Amino acid sequence: MRSVKNEIYYNAMMVIGVGFLLVFSIVPMFGVIIAFQDFVPARGMLGSAWVGLKHFNRMFALAEVRNVIRNTLVIALSKIILNIIVPVSFAVLLNELKIIPVKRVVQTVVYLPHFLSWVILGIMFTNIFSYTGIVNQVLGLFGVPPQMYMISNGAFRGIIIGTDVWKTFGYGAIIYLAAITNIDPNVYEAAAIDGAGRWQRIWYVTLPSIQSTIVLMSTLALGSVLNAGFDQIFTMYSPLVYATGDIIDTYVYRMGITKMQYSFSTAVGLFKSAISFILITLSYTLANKFADYTIF
Amino acid sequence: MNKFRMSDYVILAALLLIGFVCLVPILNAIAISLSDKTAAAMGEVVFLPKKFNTAAYDEIVKEGRFFRAFGVSIRRVLLGVSIGVGLSVMMAYPLSKSPRVFRMRNVYMWLMVFTMLFNGGLIPTYLVVKNLGLINTIWSLVLPGAVSVYNTIILMNFNKGIPASLEESALIDGANPLQILGAIYIPLAKASIATIALFTMVHHWNEFFLGKIYINTLDQQPLQTYIQGLSVTLTTQQMANMTPEEIIRKLAVSNVTFNSAKAIVSMVPVIIVYPFLQRFFVTGLVMGAVKE
Repeated sequence: MRSVKNEIYYNAMMVIGVGFLLVFSIVPMFGVIIAFQDFVPARGMLGSAWVGLKHFNRMFALAEVRNVIRNTLVIALSKIILNIIVPVSFAVLLNELKIIPVKRVVQTVVYLPHFLSWVILGIMFTNIFSYTGIVNQVLGLFGVPPQMYMISNGAFRGIIIGTDVWKTFGYGAIIYLAAITNIDPNVYEAAAIDGAGRWQRIWYVTLPSIQSTIVLMSTLALGSVLNAGFDQIFTMYSPLVYATGDIIDTYVYRMGITKMQYSFSTAVGLFKSAISFILITLSYTLANKFADYTIF
Repeated sequence: MNKFRMSDYVILAALLLIGFVCLVPILNAIAISLSDKTAAAMGEVVFLPKKFNTAAYDEIVKEGRFFRAFGVSIRRVLLGVSIGVGLSVMMAYPLSKSPRVFRMRNVYMWLMVFTMLFNGGLIPTYLVVKNLGLINTIWSLVLPGAVSVYNTIILMNFNKGIPASLEESALIDGANPLQILGAIYIPLAKASIATIALFTMVHHWNEFFLGKIYINTLDQQPLQTYIQGLSVTLTTQQMANMTPEEIIRKLAVSNVTFNSAKAIVSMVPVIIVYPFLQRFFVTGLVMGAVKE
């Protein structure tokens, strides 16, 4: 039942939160106009000169921007693909383990990295991949000469993708484990009676049963094609690996905050936001259409 | 099915190995932090401390900056969780009403979802924070991300599951929505609220970037920002002008044990709340991701 009195209360309950969103999210959206100016902070947005698409033209002409876009796509797409394959495989494997206490312990351990910050993990992985770290010690046993992996363009992307999978696969598996739990045990029994072995059960029962979840998660991942992981790369990269590890977000940061090229940085950021907006909208639309997924 | 076959052993071994791999960086950092400086820098430490000592931890205790940063992070978590969770609880209730009861509902909803899909970017957001005079204050770490649309939607979906009949009698008795939120919805949603509180807590504890861009005075930096600043032992300009050999030499004298000890200590609060988190995050994740 509607009542004007209650609606006044409802609006009052919304007002502070919406106010914060207006100030810190909506107002900055209008701030993107500085991408079309030569913005000078002292003159403000109204006083700075309009330059049209100058910064966008410069952006597409710069080889370093093309490189940054390529790095972003390579790293983000690799992460997206592996962050589906690895959690699914892990969930299937874990489901095959019948010793419950061991299962609990493994779960507790693999979920943990998700909750640790990249700042901390950055220090830990820098130790591990350093000239005298574990990786070089282990490979040394096989006669591989030590290398500085964190500053090697040949290794950096692999480290970024691998350590990201390491951090997220356990937590990412939860959703597939939940889907596996919903499988009717009778189906497994029927398969066993029909003489299906372990691999046949996985292939013909488990995987088809979680197929819709896999498709849904893949669709939703489409929105992060330009998100290669700022926090991680920022805490692990250095100028020596810009060629393979610099991504749009780190580039925007350096141009904007370090070099104070406000307008140019905003132009690059806007390019990313606009494409991401289209991709996320597309992925939600697809997820909604084919999987009845809704967020609200 | 009941007998333990060869493949069961393979699976068990594989899973134990996977679990172990997840602990390697942490065990290694603990060992390094408890080792002798030179032994650690020479790469003699794997999982067992070499020449066991707690010098790195003593150094942390003596150094005032670490605990000052720790204190800033605690304050940030307290403010961030109370404001963030408070706002989500407040907004999730009216948003759980249908547009027939609350006509503005969908307008707010679209506005909120839009902020999830698009953002103004780094510099425009920075300019807003700066113009509001929040630079170098704790508020710059708390207010810009105060409203978590995602958490609000999780709570809203939970609220939708609460039968309307529960509040109808209270409404007839003349209770206002604020009283109903306090007396009916909050008690029922306790577990969901606890879940988002824990996630918000971990988020604020781990976040370092806002401290990096909005806080210029070292004394006011939160812990993760402070630690991130340390791990960069060489400035980017220095590094660009050095040969790999020079960098190796420079990095060898950097304080590996000290930095590892800081990483371990800053992990402690997360480890403490982890058992509670684990109780909740399965429900939290499923609530958020597979609604319907």
